Amino acid sequence: MSELKEELKGKIIEQLNLEDVSVADIADDDALFGDGLGLDSIDALELIVMLDKDYGIRLSDPKEGKKIFESVQVMADYIQEHRTK
Amino acid sequence: MKKVYINSIASISPQKTYDNSRFLDEIINYNDTVIFAQDPDYKQYIPPAAARRMAKGIKMGVVASKIAMDEAGIETVDAIITGTGMGCMIDSEKFVSAIIDNNEQYLTPTSFIQSTHNTVAGQIALGMECKAYNFTYVHSAISVESALLDAKMQLENDEAEHILVGGVEELGEHTTKVHRAINHIKPEAVTISGVLDSKTEGAVFSEGANFFVVSNEKTKSCYAELVAVETFNTLQKEKVSEAIENFLKENNLKIDDIDLVVFGNNGDVDFDGYYNKLSEGIFSKTQQVFYKHLVGENNTVSAFGVWLASKILKTQAVPEIVKLNEINTSEFKTVLCYNQYRGQNHSLVLLRKC
Repeated sequence: MSELKEELKGKIIEQLNLEDVSVADIADDDALFGDGLGLDSIDALELIVMLDKDYGIRLSDPKEGKKIFESVQVMADYIQEHRTK
Repeated sequence: MKKVYINSIASISPQKTYDNSRFLDEIINYNDTVIFAQDPDYKQYIPPAAARRMAKGIKMGVVASKIAMDEAGIETVDAIITGTGMGCMIDSEKFVSAIIDNNEQYLTPTSFIQSTHNTVAGQIALGMECKAYNFTYVHSAISVESALLDAKMQLENDEAEHILVGGVEELGEHTTKVHRAINHIKPEAVTISGVLDSKTEGAVFSEGANFFVVSNEKTKSCYAELVAVETFNTLQKEKVSEAIENFLKENNLKIDDIDLVVFGNNGDVDFDGYYNKLSEGIFSKTQQVFYKHLVGENNTVSAFGVWLASKILKTQAVPEIVKLNEINTSEFKTVLCYNQYRGQNHSLVLLRKC
């Protein structure tokens, strides 16, 4: 699980071009949207594609993303449970 | 009709031209076939949250526009008009590559959103919250001249007071490979002093952003009056002199009235003849300058020629590095810029001291 969380942090930084942010800067429970990392709706779309491409998880309802992308911890839990690859 | 003035300028190019207090006093000597723009401190101008989605061309355009706006001393404009021959190549390549690599699956939105030709003008407008006329001309080597012409007509007719005009090109890896394969890029590296002596076809490719605030009121920062702009999609080499004489006649000028001519020679053995014919012909007694040995070739680099002409008119000084002949004029009042790319898309931009 710990490895998955580090992997997710790296992917978020790389795919969303979070310049000046390192893996160590993101705590497992930090909010990804709003006051936390400050991600926005375009980032949410990028994350939905990442879940599908890298973990084989297809979100049928984009509204689900709001809960799943709450933090790296929540994302990792969800991926652990639903991943197909 | 109102007169039109270039009240501020900004250039990001393969030379350190982003500081308007300097004028080609430190030259970077390249020995290459492709040269990249010198980066200003983008973070000084663009918030990190906005910058993270911007490829280099967008950053260059946004920063050049901010430099131009700062120098003009205005916060918004009545129109934003840009020109680009190739648009946002880096994001276009990224998006198309993703389609191919992922078998048309897993397409992400960011590179698609940022890949349109109007992205730069759009991002500038978003940054300054400008909801006015926003337009991008995509017309090969006369893209930025088309933008200037549009701005000029709006200002002359008093439909606008201040317009931000600029040209942007960025180098994309794949597109550069394609240009190399079709011999539009020189096969051998050339130094800036060796560009015109090159005996090969093609040019040294480059990128950059050049922006201007043009207004129908002259301000303290004024560089030049934009007198006339004309473009020609096709023009035979034998007809260029005649076209220039007609253009000058329409503006009540003769060849002798031109104090300086800015040529767009790029060292392409197949097409520099257009300039050489003028240089040895109608402009043989006129002081001549050139600039593509310093900043390379791209679809909107002719805007650098306008930048150079504006600088010369304001400072009344010509850096040695751009001199093409031995003639030295004591005062620069009227300057003509002539450019063409691969024998097509010719442009004439006439500037006058303000």
